[in-house]
Amino acid sequence: MSSLEATNRRNGLLFCLPWLIGLTVFLIFPLCAAFYYSLCDYSVLLPPVFIGFDNYVDLVKDPLFWKSLYNTAYYAAGSVLLGFVVSLTLALLLNSKVKGLGMYRTLFFLPSLMPVVAGSILWLWMYNGQSGIINTGLHHLGITGPAWLSDPAWAKPAIMLMAVWGAGNAMVIYLAGLQDVPTSLYEAALIDGAGFFQRLFNVTIPMISPVIYFNVVLSIIAGCQAFTQAFIMTGSSGAPERSTLFYVLNLYNVGFQDLRMGYASAMAWVLFIIILVLTFAATKLSKRWVTYDR
Amino acid sequence: MTGRYTGAWRAPPAARALLGALALAFGLLSCSPSESKQAPRRITYWEKWTGFEGEAMDAVIDDFNAKEVAHAKQDLNYAPIEVEKVTISNVEQKLLIAIAGGSPPDLAGNYSFYVAAYADGGALTDLGPMLSKAGFDRSAYIDHYMKLGEYRGKTWALPIAPASVALLTNKRLFREAGLDPEKPPVTIEELDAYAAKLTKWEVTLPSGEKKVESGYLPDVPASQKRLIQAGFLPGEPGWWSYGWGYFFGGSLVAGQDQITAADPRNIQAFNWVASYSKNLGIGVTKRFRSGFGNFASPQNAFLSGKVAMVLQGVWMHNFIEKYAPGLQWGAAAFPYPAGHPELANTTSADADVLVIPKDSAHPQEAFEFIKYVTSQPVLEKLCLGQQKFTPLKNVSDEFFQVHPNPYIRLFRELGMSKNAFSIPQTGIWNEYDRELGNAVDLIQNLTETPNVALSDVQTKMQTALDRSQRILARRNAK
Repeated sequence: MSSLEATNRRNGLLFCLPWLIGLTVFLIFPLCAAFYYSLCDYSVLLPPVFIGFDNYVDLVKDPLFWKSLYNTAYYAAGSVLLGFVVSLTLALLLNSKVKGLGMYRTLFFLPSLMPVVAGSILWLWMYNGQSGIINTGLHHLGITGPAWLSDPAWAKPAIMLMAVWGAGNAMVIYLAGLQDVPTSLYEAALIDGAGFFQRLFNVTIPMISPVIYFNVVLSIIAGCQAFTQAFIMTGSSGAPERSTLFYVLNLYNVGFQDLRMGYASAMAWVLFIIILVLTFAATKLSKRWVTYDR
Repeated sequence: MTGRYTGAWRAPPAARALLGALALAFGLLSCSPSESKQAPRRITYWEKWTGFEGEAMDAVIDDFNAKEVAHAKQDLNYAPIEVEKVTISNVEQKLLIAIAGGSPPDLAGNYSFYVAAYADGGALTDLGPMLSKAGFDRSAYIDHYMKLGEYRGKTWALPIAPASVALLTNKRLFREAGLDPEKPPVTIEELDAYAAKLTKWEVTLPSGEKKVESGYLPDVPASQKRLIQAGFLPGEPGWWSYGWGYFFGGSLVAGQDQITAADPRNIQAFNWVASYSKNLGIGVTKRFRSGFGNFASPQNAFLSGKVAMVLQGVWMHNFIEKYAPGLQWGAAAFPYPAGHPELANTTSADADVLVIPKDSAHPQEAFEFIKYVTSQPVLEKLCLGQQKFTPLKNVSDEFFQVHPNPYIRLFRELGMSKNAFSIPQTGIWNEYDRELGNAVDLIQNLTETPNVALSDVQTKMQTALDRSQRILARRNAK
């Protein structure tokens, strides 16, 4: 190895070092530590006691684990689907040539800038069964609105609907993807006599499929980690009747309220594996429909 | 303070002699006053209250610090203790994290119902040795409140500001309903009858005309009536919903290893709770409740007159003064089931406590402050400021004379009652509380019968308690 190569290697490593240290200290170490703790009885205050896979065995038998898993799957599926449809539709609309486009784009993007906590408190008021703006609106249409967050049947859909409000982020990414689609393809399609939907399904969607893939994976991960909205709006017990007890909320209760950090670590690892599998599945499936043409 | 000093602290004779000698020495030394040579010993104290409760504690801390400075001026070799108060929200959780992280405050205020979980986790310093060394007189305390700091045979915390709850009534609404405002209900059956009379609806007649009617109006369909005033709602404010069984003679635990959630008296209590959902209608109650404002606001259900009777604590007086100054209210012991006078004066009685976290850097100094706060005159000053009563058996006459709450004697008597109950001392309380909260939800929504919901809680929590006992046994074996 020449001395130049050696210097380059050293410098290269030095430049990577801050990131490497960050990755090791803040990601790999906690990940491994959590796995070790998941095999222990660990109350944080006392040294961990190794108990093998007991926590995982208990987990399978824990009805709250299954309940929270179901709630999270329900919420994630709903919010991914709803988020996808709404943000793509908005992006398509905002990709057309209308007057005041910049203003519309800003307006639709704005809500996603609102911190989740502030947004949750705002929605808490909007969902108020008696004097909330939503039920007042429904009342004028002659509909008696549900009690939303205090009705077990409506609490999850309510939180799901709220997630749509933050569709602005995904929308901007879709918009960027849409603007990358070469106009020549649309022109060719038009000459061939393709209608709006034919262009959408045969040109637009295939061309932005990598962006869709990216957004879907991100929203699956975000959906699995739902916590803040429920914690603020319905409390850490996941009221009413545990309909909003999401997985991470349950994990928080077990770890930070009951001080069963070993059990909570086991829960965290199970969630990690679930997200890993889902992401892997999405990546596998994506090979069939995602086109990278450049 | 005019009352004779009868606080919890009595110095042993040797210490008294020593104090006398010291006082004499100070007297001589004070001829040449000068600044202390010693740097102050600073300790941090984590406080959970803001507002008037926090201010009352501020005043006590200022007095203590001033006393220490004065002491140091007298004795130049004495390093004064200086307490620094830091107000922390959700102290019960953050304290634990601070202890786990190895940098706890020297001293902290906490709620009595966290003592067991903290002690099980090894998060607290056993105060026993320091207490006995200081000549602590346990019998000076009201027994019920003293017990709140004791768990598994050790003293982990000392109560400072106790509380109890009673039935609060809105006298104007009583008069409007034709009830005698000076005669609150004595039995649960009377409470139910009064509640029906105090319930008001706006009824839309077929002609479109609207009029106000009282009672539960079972024959009027829900679409034609709108609830405008409730006599009593078991879920308002719902802070003691876990404890309805106690008002019927039930309990949540037996000893330290048995869960008794499905006790027949608990089931009876929750059948009573469910009767309100049945009478008013579930959807109606939910919509009505969602119109209530925040607890600390004039839109509070009781303060705004939307609910005529509530189960509330000794502190409510302060909120009435602040948010509904003109409210004519009364307080009485919560009613008992007819035919069971032995259950009279049942109340939920918990307390704020002081604890020294494990690994506190200055446990001795922290204990000096605890000792100061728990002397009778200081406790009276603190509890007067926080508008509560004191946890001591002896109270000065002046305390009652100047106390702003007209019902303070009632609340204190309730706290001393043999039927005072508190959150069960068990390390799994958080979990149990969430389980019960869910059961109350199911029962009030009439989704499950009390029998099914509570039996489910019983099974789950017995498993959890057994698990917790196993873990503790394993830890102790190490």
